[in-house]
Amino acid sequence: MVFKLEPRAVPSRVMIYQSPIIAVLLTLLAGMVMFRLLGTDPLQALDAFFIEPISTLDGIAELLVKAAPLILIAIGLSIGFQANVWNIGAEGQLTIGALFGGGLALAFYEFETPFLIPAMLIAGTFGGMIWAAIPALLKTRFNTNEILTSLMLTYVGLLILSYLIHGPLRDPDGFNFPESRLFHDSALMPLLIEGTRLHIGFLIALGVAIFAWLFIFKHVVGFQIRVVGLAPAAASFAGFKQKRLIWFALMISGGTAGLAGVIEVAGPIGQIVPVISPGYGFTAIIVAFLGRLHPIGVIFSGILMALTYLGGDSAQITMNLPSAVTGVFQGMLLFFLLASDVLIRYRVKIN
Amino acid sequence: MDLTPRLELIGITKRYPRVQANNNINLKVMPGEIHALLGENGAGKSTLVKCIYGVQKADSGTLIWEGKKTQVTSPNVARRLGIGMVFQHFSLFDAMTVEENIVLGVSSKVVKAGIKERIIEISSRYGLPLEPQRYVHTLSVGERQRIEVVRCLLQNPSLLIMDEPTSVLTPQEVESLFKTLNRLSNDGVSILYISHKLQEIKELCHTATILRMGNLVDTCNPKNETPRSLAEKMMGRSLEKPTRKKNSQFGKPQILLKDLSYRAKQSYGTDLKNISLEVRGGEILGVAGVAGNGQRELMNVLSGEELGNKAESIVISGKNVGNIGPNDRRSLGMVFVPEERLGHGAVPQMGLSENAFLSGFTRMKLANNGFLRKLKTDKYASNIVTNYDVKTSGIRSLASSLSGGNLQKFIFGREIIQNPNIVIAMQPTWGVDAGSAAYIRQSLINLAEQGAAVLVISQDLEELFEIVDTICVIYEGRLSSPKQLEDITLEEVGMLMGGVIVNSQEDNLLNGI
Amino acid sequence: MIIEFVIPALLTIITASTPLVFAAIGEIVVEKSGVLNLGVEGMMIVGAVGAFAVTVKTGNPYIGVIAGAFSGLLLSFIFGFLTLYLYSNQVATGLALTIFGVGLSALLGHEFVGQTINSLPKLNTPFFSDIRGLGPLVFEQDFMVYLSVFMAILVTWFLMRTRWGLALRAVGENHDAAHSIGFSVTLIRLFAILFGGAMAGLGGAYLSLAHTPLWVENMSAGRGWIALALVVFASWRPWRAFFGAYLFGGITIIQLHAQGFGVDVPSQVLSMLPYLVTIIVLVMISRDDFRIRISAPACLGKSFHPHG
Repeated sequence: MVFKLEPRAVPSRVMIYQSPIIAVLLTLLAGMVMFRLLGTDPLQALDAFFIEPISTLDGIAELLVKAAPLILIAIGLSIGFQANVWNIGAEGQLTIGALFGGGLALAFYEFETPFLIPAMLIAGTFGGMIWAAIPALLKTRFNTNEILTSLMLTYVGLLILSYLIHGPLRDPDGFNFPESRLFHDSALMPLLIEGTRLHIGFLIALGVAIFAWLFIFKHVVGFQIRVVGLAPAAASFAGFKQKRLIWFALMISGGTAGLAGVIEVAGPIGQIVPVISPGYGFTAIIVAFLGRLHPIGVIFSGILMALTYLGGDSAQITMNLPSAVTGVFQGMLLFFLLASDVLIRYRVKIN
Repeated sequence: MDLTPRLELIGITKRYPRVQANNNINLKVMPGEIHALLGENGAGKSTLVKCIYGVQKADSGTLIWEGKKTQVTSPNVARRLGIGMVFQHFSLFDAMTVEENIVLGVSSKVVKAGIKERIIEISSRYGLPLEPQRYVHTLSVGERQRIEVVRCLLQNPSLLIMDEPTSVLTPQEVESLFKTLNRLSNDGVSILYISHKLQEIKELCHTATILRMGNLVDTCNPKNETPRSLAEKMMGRSLEKPTRKKNSQFGKPQILLKDLSYRAKQSYGTDLKNISLEVRGGEILGVAGVAGNGQRELMNVLSGEELGNKAESIVISGKNVGNIGPNDRRSLGMVFVPEERLGHGAVPQMGLSENAFLSGFTRMKLANNGFLRKLKTDKYASNIVTNYDVKTSGIRSLASSLSGGNLQKFIFGREIIQNPNIVIAMQPTWGVDAGSAAYIRQSLINLAEQGAAVLVISQDLEELFEIVDTICVIYEGRLSSPKQLEDITLEEVGMLMGGVIVNSQEDNLLNGI
Repeated sequence: MIIEFVIPALLTIITASTPLVFAAIGEIVVEKSGVLNLGVEGMMIVGAVGAFAVTVKTGNPYIGVIAGAFSGLLLSFIFGFLTLYLYSNQVATGLALTIFGVGLSALLGHEFVGQTINSLPKLNTPFFSDIRGLGPLVFEQDFMVYLSVFMAILVTWFLMRTRWGLALRAVGENHDAAHSIGFSVTLIRLFAILFGGAMAGLGGAYLSLAHTPLWVENMSAGRGWIALALVVFASWRPWRAFFGAYLFGGITIIQLHAQGFGVDVPSQVLSMLPYLVTIIVLVMISRDDFRIRISAPACLGKSFHPHG
């Protein structure tokens, strides 16, 4: 039996949506093999990984708490990816955003004002944009590859965080622990459900998704972004200004990453700490692809990917599995997705 | 003479997902025979030879090589049998030297046997001069083709396949190529010669096999045929020449280039040097030339896709536009049809409606406060499809799903419905079936008759001589002075294309012809 | 006096540069064939953990080196399969490789955290090693340092002087032409990718066996990405990549020594140096748009579809 790929006359639209489902199923299968190799009962492990964490209200709240930053970042990234702008430094932009927003919270410590949270959100977005502006400037002005610069800036951003948290931002009463003061109540995201950690960040993420959908599919600039990614020469034929679009894509993706950062420090964390994100900036790349670079798709894939984080924690506690399993799961999922995507343009023929 | 055919094909069939490329084709090539494979674009000529050369695999059918049934599974196998091929799109590597390119294309046995001496020997014997250390990107198209031919001959082929070899050559280069081919034929080499140019087949070939839409139509001796009878066999009907009233009363100049110079941005591009021209309302001006002499740069500078000029070097409708982009030029009444349909003139992965928006949104007012006006865009797209005879299943079909001819009609329709007063088109009928080509040429003529200024950049001399009023030639980034069509012959244009007679338009030698 | 300061500094520079040399030269071969594999970081870190784990189990660092190369090669096979046979986007697949590799290495390395090994032994050349100063520098390195020099020579010779090297460059330059001449684009690219994977694995192995003979999560710390930048910096030429790697190694060491000498700059700022320098170097190289386009393989990053 020989498998052969045969090009389809036209790309299959159905497969665009089926491929992520195939990928998830294959990942689950491969995951079971992996658990077997790690010496645990695969079914029990899958239960601990994917079912148990969301079997309580609290669990579901946690799921959405983790999904919010992933969705936000992935929306920004998918706009960039559509324009062939490969910002992979979202982790750094998130960090700088968290520092801007969190810095504001610390600067106005014990200020009672309803404007503090909106100001922090704006500051965080702005911070992420500034960090993304560097690759944008270097790419448009000096033709420098944004993949490498945005990634290098992630390392720099994390070191800036490390420096600030060991110095200027350190809690004066914190026994030299590298942590900031706990944010005051007016600098914390309002909760959606009392008693859980679920805060309005998730609603913000949903709002941004809807806004992004309108923008990409109904607005001229969104159209331009799609054209420039699919056929750059056609974009210049149409007179779209490519440099402006590169700026645009990086500003949006940097901004949403920065927003995600401030939502994290003002939400579940409540202070600035040395590790703000467990790799959300990188995981969001997978979220964006799995969501087909579509804002609504990203909501679903963001929630799914949040589950892998919860599952990793849960598997660590209940089955003593290393939490690194999460990263392997995420990587496999992206591999299987990229593999299944071949079915969009090809069909499998069995000889 | 040996009566075993060198190559015999029986019942070759090849299907692609959307087309039947070859259907039950039979063919015989005798030793020393120059055998034409004649057919329109898309008739299946290229697919057939790719099956012979092992680049593609036929779905069914038999290949008999010198009396023996043979499977050609890869070009390496073909070469070992003694089959050589010169591709239409050369299989050359720009960033490498002539010698490296030749070494890559021949077996290591040939390389070890002293390749340098062999290159020199073959070059002189067949009149194919080459400089082994030159980089390919510095060579003219004719010189590049010579590399391909020499590369084939080094393997001592007994069958040489040539895929549309003359489409990029000047008439003079064609003549010297024919000398080489005749010499090879006298030495006993069979040649399978693919072309759709009737005159050259009549002149060169001993036998012609004619394909139409994947089917074999006829095998005949072209010397006994007229170009007209060959054309009818090729197309299945007689083709109408575009009609136009002779017009010498042109309007005011619509587009003016004044001493335009431009540094090419692309690697291996051609700089434009001191180009001046004018196109008047009602006039069709043709720019002839061999590919790679600055046509692409001229097109991009005219459309505004590449800027960097003084504002006053390009004037349209009395306004200096040298420094403004495509959309500002469109709003002044200028439209463009680029050479490449998929990826430049249209986005392959987008539907026709979105592709209509692509270049139509300015003049057709398809956006409102930055938001797309979907209904209006759809209406515009449907309009194009119905009025320009675009065969498609609907305005949501992807551009990539249309045939070349239909997509080109769509693109032309999209531009013409915008009611332009200046049209710039590059290679308007390249790779388009004859019916669509005739349709497109006629619409260009109609546009001019309605008073628009039309500028056509094309390598197809036949096309230019059919439709233009005025012609000039671009060579190494310089433009010859425009001539009324009646005042210049095909041979003179050919010499200009080869850089003979005149090097720049200032020295006005051309006027002495 | 100078010898006492300079020689140890140079020795550490060699140690810091060698992993970059392997990874960058491997990636040059990959990119010369027209493939952009952004997964160098992932292959390196998996190479590091593979080498370390096998060294712990066998006690023999030489077997560890082979294991490191093999781990990188295995990971690169996933990339090769997806991009060459399933036509996946090279950029996305490379990113996936890095994400997967980092996760996998953490999972595999879990049980090796805190373990110690015998690091890769330094060779001792009789007589020559005793030359003051120069001896230890040139004649007393571990074998992988010599191997890295040898690989630079080998790859240069292969690319410029052999028929298969010519074919590999041709595939990267114009894959359609190479295909119609009769070269197997897919196979040549697969070999290039596997070679690049093995080289990145060797670079990783050097990190965990010689540079810091320990397993620490994320210990490659962006070196795979720096290697990618080095390829651009070197305009796709092995020897330039070699010297570029030493330049970066030098910067890393300056930063370490500055900290050692108590220069009054926060350590984090010094640690930023390699990343900032990478950015600056990239900017300087890339602003000459023309040169990049002339020297980059013309098909870099493009999928090849043999169906035409």
